[in-house]
Amino acid sequence: MAQAQGFGRRYIKAFFKGFFVAVPVTVTFLDRVACIARVEGTSMQPSLNPGGRQASDVVLLNHWSIRNYEVQRGDIVSLVSPKNPEQKIIKRVIALEGDIIKTIGYKKRYVKVPHGHLWVEGDHHGHSFDSNAFGPVSLGLLHAHATHILWPPRRWQKLQPTVPPERKPLQNDQE
Amino acid sequence: MLRDVMRKTLRILGYSIQYGCIAHCAFEYLGGIVVCSGPSMEPTIQNSDVVFSENLSCHLYSIRKGDIVIAKSPNDPKSNICKRVIGLEGDKVYTSSPSDFIRHSSYVPKGHVWLEGDNLRNSTDSRCYGPVPYGLITGRICFKIWPLTEFGFLRASPNGHRFCDD
Repeated sequence: MAQAQGFGRRYIKAFFKGFFVAVPVTVTFLDRVACIARVEGTSMQPSLNPGGRQASDVVLLNHWSIRNYEVQRGDIVSLVSPKNPEQKIIKRVIALEGDIIKTIGYKKRYVKVPHGHLWVEGDHHGHSFDSNAFGPVSLGLLHAHATHILWPPRRWQKLQPTVPPERKPLQNDQE
Repeated sequence: MLRDVMRKTLRILGYSIQYGCIAHCAFEYLGGIVVCSGPSMEPTIQNSDVVFSENLSCHLYSIRKGDIVIAKSPNDPKSNICKRVIGLEGDKVYTSSPSDFIRHSSYVPKGHVWLEGDNLRNSTDSRCYGPVPYGLITGRICFKIWPLTEFGFLRASPNGHRFCDD
């Protein structure tokens, strides 16, 4: 009887020890290094979710590469939605701070992206709730950089940064 | 001998990863100690006061009007700002400074908050850069730790007239 009790206690102790290692390590890894997420909606067609409703892609979100808030034009990134903080949105970076961009249906025809901000757009113009609706977004809302499509297996690929040629910024500060 | 050293190094590495991760979780989700600098929140928080901030209410979306929050600066994500929430989404706020003769007011858009420092004359806040997205808020300041003479909860806003009650 006493032996059984000792065994039970040891078991519980080992369980808690493992628990306090595994949970913080997992949470930190998912917060800081990488996580996976399913893409919903049609706003990034044809890059993501080309099949429409029935097939949604799973992407790898890399947190580590944006720890210094460094993104390129053309990267696909996930952000906290400025209109609804409980929701994350996935869009393509079109312009960085200092660029002048021609907008599609925003209240101003040309916008200079302010300091510390990004201009993001979905690839599916007209079906995307993006910077053309809410304006430039603050870099602090940046959540992760989508680097790979993981699922479905036949769509496994690395996501390359590409800016549609007609959406190139008109002028940027470096030039 | 070499194996002993290896084993020791690995154990130290494992422990540092474990405690680093626990620290990350605590600072990210529970809260931490913050040193405030700058004059924008005087007289509630003086320059270089030490305060305790909790992050739970920010993750649970229970920030209320009148709370003092820490947020990432909208123009520079690497720096933090410490301001008071004057209006939540849908609230009416005065966008003009108090010395202006005509008061301009506007409504805070969805998903945003209106932040202002308590030191209205010396504060760069929503009156300058407009409403701030809720996603930039990282924590809420609950009490002051240093100086010890002022230990305890923070005072209510000295600028009650900045709140709109409708």
